[in-house]
Amino acid sequence: MTNEELKNSITQLSSSVTYDETGEFLTAIIPSEEFLPLMKELRSKKELYFDYLFCETCVDWKDHLMMVYFLKSKIHNHTIVVKAKITDTINPQIESVYNIWRTAELNEDEVFDLFGVKFLNHPNLRRIFLEEDWVGYPLRKNYVDEHMIKL
Amino acid sequence: MEERSLEVDVKNKLEFPGQIHETPAGGFMITKLDEVINWARSNSIWPLAFGTSCCAIEMMHTVNAKYDWSRFGFEVMRATPRQADLIIVSGTIVMKMAPVLKRLYDQMPEPRYVIAMGACTISGGPFFYNTYSVVKGIDHIIPVDVYVPGCPPRPEALLHSMITLQEKIKNDAYFRKQVDKK
Repeated sequence: MTNEELKNSITQLSSSVTYDETGEFLTAIIPSEEFLPLMKELRSKKELYFDYLFCETCVDWKDHLMMVYFLKSKIHNHTIVVKAKITDTINPQIESVYNIWRTAELNEDEVFDLFGVKFLNHPNLRRIFLEEDWVGYPLRKNYVDEHMIKL
Repeated sequence: MEERSLEVDVKNKLEFPGQIHETPAGGFMITKLDEVINWARSNSIWPLAFGTSCCAIEMMHTVNAKYDWSRFGFEVMRATPRQADLIIVSGTIVMKMAPVLKRLYDQMPEPRYVIAMGACTISGGPFFYNTYSVVKGIDHIIPVDVYVPGCPPRPEALLHSMITLQEKIKNDAYFRKQVDKK
């Protein structure tokens, strides 16, 4: 599917999606509250069939957090980036996509560890790199570490 | 014929150059024993197989045929700290690894030695220095005998550091320290 065809079929699924085509892949941006039904459709719909989540990460934009999902279809060989905007930076939370793509389990552990995003319905959300008693989330822009040297 | 006394009057032998320690059998030992013990110890140092990143690759080169540290008496690499004399900390130590390293060091029998290999173990490293997760030098955790700068150090540098450690052991007064403690 070309980017235009992808856009058309995704707009039919959800009206609150906006698009950005400046990057390498077509990017669909959606509020975090509405994104789970869309992701389920992306995975299951026959002409889309995004069966491979090859990257899942998060970006801290200070006033909001952006979850980023890179999806690929091994059958149709098309790629899309889905970004879910989380506006609550104090207690950020989003639905887990573990039940759609199993690989999300460890990716979401990592995002929780370093950004503090809480994933709802995640099977085993835990600190994966840092110690259990670590205070704060190091990749957040507001993270303060007194051991680090100010340049 | 007058029978000669076999007892040696140790206390009156003050003209002897060196320290005299009485032993139950009546003989005496001189401090030169240190040299024998140190010679033996310095030529059979057993390192612990411990490596955390790219410096460990250089360490493996130093073990193997091309550089072959067995030539200097570092023959046997041990997989357990309980049989090792030396720990070569080769690679970045992060906060999560620090308690593990301390525990390994505590499990080693004394006398034990530490070589800090590479920039990461000396100061936290050229890349990861200002990071939340990296220990800024392993001397925050365990005492270090020899530092090897480099990123990573050449095998020659590691060999040189180990020979330096041997010299340190040869100049050590380990046995005298044990007597002085009593």
